[in-house]
Amino acid sequence: MLAYVIRRVFQSIFVLLMVGLVAFSMFRFVGDPVENLLGQERTQADIERVRDQLGLNDPFPVQYVKFLGNALQGNLGVSYRQGRPVSEIIAERAPATLELAGVSALFAVVFGVGLGVFTAIRRDGFMANLIMTTSLIGVSLPTFLIGILLIYVFAVELGWLPSFGRGETVKIGGWSTGFLTESGLKAIILPAITLGLYQMTLIMRLVRSEMLEVLRTDYIKFARARGLSTRAINFGHALKNTLVPVITVTGLQIGSIIAFAIITETVFQWPGVGLLFINAIQFVDIPVMAAYLMLISVMFVLINLIVDLLYFVIDPRLSADASARGH
Amino acid sequence: MSTPLLSVRDLVIKFPTRHGPLTAVDGVSFDLAAGEVLGVVGESGAGKSLTGSAIIGLLDPPGHIASGEIYLKGERIDNLRPEEMRAIRGRRIGMVFQDPLTSLNPLYTIADQLIETIRTHLRLSEREARKRAIQLLDDVGIPAASRRIDDYPHQFSGGMRQRVVIALALAAGPELVIADEPTTALDVSVQAQIIDVLKEQCTQHGASVILITHDMGVIAETADRVAVMYSGRIAEIGPVREIIQNAKHPYTSGLMGSIPTLAQEEDRLVQIPGSMPRLSDIPPGCPFNPRCDKVFDKCRVHRPSLIPVENREVACWLYEDTEARGAAT
Ligand SMILES: Nc1ncnc2c1ncn2[C@@H]1O[C@H](COP(=O)(O)OP(=O)(O)OP(=O)(O)O)[C@@H](O)[C@H]1O
Ligand code: SF4
Ligand SMILES: [Mg+2]
Repeated sequence: MLAYVIRRVFQSIFVLLMVGLVAFSMFRFVGDPVENLLGQERTQADIERVRDQLGLNDPFPVQYVKFLGNALQGNLGVSYRQGRPVSEIIAERAPATLELAGVSALFAVVFGVGLGVFTAIRRDGFMANLIMTTSLIGVSLPTFLIGILLIYVFAVELGWLPSFGRGETVKIGGWSTGFLTESGLKAIILPAITLGLYQMTLIMRLVRSEMLEVLRTDYIKFARARGLSTRAINFGHALKNTLVPVITVTGLQIGSIIAFAIITETVFQWPGVGLLFINAIQFVDIPVMAAYLMLISVMFVLINLIVDLLYFVIDPRLSADASARGH
Repeated sequence: MSTPLLSVRDLVIKFPTRHGPLTAVDGVSFDLAAGEVLGVVGESGAGKSLTGSAIIGLLDPPGHIASGEIYLKGERIDNLRPEEMRAIRGRRIGMVFQDPLTSLNPLYTIADQLIETIRTHLRLSEREARKRAIQLLDDVGIPAASRRIDDYPHQFSGGMRQRVVIALALAAGPELVIADEPTTALDVSVQAQIIDVLKEQCTQHGASVILITHDMGVIAETADRVAVMYSGRIAEIGPVREIIQNAKHPYTSGLMGSIPTLAQEEDRLVQIPGSMPRLSDIPPGCPFNPRCDKVFDKCRVHRPSLIPVENREVACWLYEDTEARGAAT
């Protein structure tokens, strides 16, 4: 078990190093940082001086290690456009994205698992069929269209919810939260649904098919033969077994929620890192783009790691296998 | 005679299909006394498992009981509401399935599964239930039961798992245990032990047993009576010794010729040419007539029902006169 965990952690670190390399290469080779810093009036001597200062004359590996060292200390360079440290800009924007992604993920998991279980248990029911049919629409419509539709119905026609922005936020330490004001809570509903809808349907369909599979197994039949209650069978025995394979996919989906936040943030003008990234692209603000890339990768890798470790908590067979392999 | 523990009357099980309903079990009737072990044999597809599933109320849809009745101690149980039937499963009728590797939920410990079963049916505290669970495991021969109870299914061998399954089937003290090929999936070396444990434990808990198997040898050693099934019907039913020594139904005679020995584990019926008809084309009259070496005209037109002959019942026109004689005297 421990051996496995350590190996997984090392793998994660390796992946992050690779991503760091890509981000660094962007920095180093896409557009010349010296030109970006010095502007039009420059002499060859200026350029050489700055190159030296920035360490650009060091061998490539040395530069890379320095870059990583800086990144680890939260020093991600300076935004070309805003002239402020990238880490500062990201720290300002991150709460908006994390809150949006968190609410979306919660929505996707709660409704995905709930409706998945419901449609599996009531396999032939009218409601279950209706939900399954509707879910096809959820999977096939592109995110921005769903966003626009929701805005049209709930913001424009009904006027219940705001169509853009985050509402009022409250600062707690360095974190600005929208959860504590009414307008903040209202503002997050539409973007969160837009962002999580696809993942929700995906999780729902997966849970449903896994659950149907599990309900056909011998141990469920045996559980029935032991006279256990329907509740105990559906929610104790079947659901737990269903969740084992569902966890990986769910983890990946949560990762992609963060990544896909770009689109939703653009549609709803949500002031998060996704919107920041879109703006950075327009201005070829390489440090911001590189930092965003690394941030997303760290999230992905972390979520994957957590998912893998969760397996151990849920499935006792794995710990046995892994420790057997470990020796 | 006192009420039998279990009484199955004219049980018919059908499956709707696109080409009309298929009758998989057709008019099965038998009684089972308290404490009795009834063996059920027959070729694959004879309807053994379906009969067992119907008794415990676990037929997989679209299969369903089309007609007939099932009584447990005189109470009808085939038409109970799902919740009433659930209370009977595990509590009054236990079941052991074929494959112990898949019968146990891999994500729960043995203790979880035993205690859950016990507490579903008996008013016991967690502690008392655990004590009972350990006792049950000990009884079925799990070494160091008080320690092993907290292990997961994958930590046990196939044979040990089937012992756990038996403990689970007996957990709430049922009056009847249905064991559907309980050793087929096991290594040959442990099959005999498992049958011994099953029989010994059921006897000790005072449970009757319906033992479904392909293995006449097992039935010869374990059962009091045997029901031979063919094409969804009982061909012959009666005391094991008598049937083994002197089978009356031509199909049973063939079957007795195929009792496997340890050296040759062949459960196919080599002695009888041909194979059991598919459900969709069971011939009119006696379903065995295409393969029967004693077949005569009547067999091809009229279907024989069970005819009492001495201590047993035989579904074969050869014994029609016996019935007439029996009825006359
Ligand atoms: N879902 C189903 N749909 C149609 N026919 C079915 C279905 N389930 C079972 N049957 C048929 O019912 C018949 C009896 O099946 P059953 O499982 O009772 O046989 P069995 O005697 O237990 O055989 P085995 O020794 O192989 O276990 C078989 O012919 C089978 O094809
Ligand atoms: S009824 Fe006829 S065909 Fe059927 S077993 Fe008896 S003799 Fe053979
Ligand atoms: Mg069977």
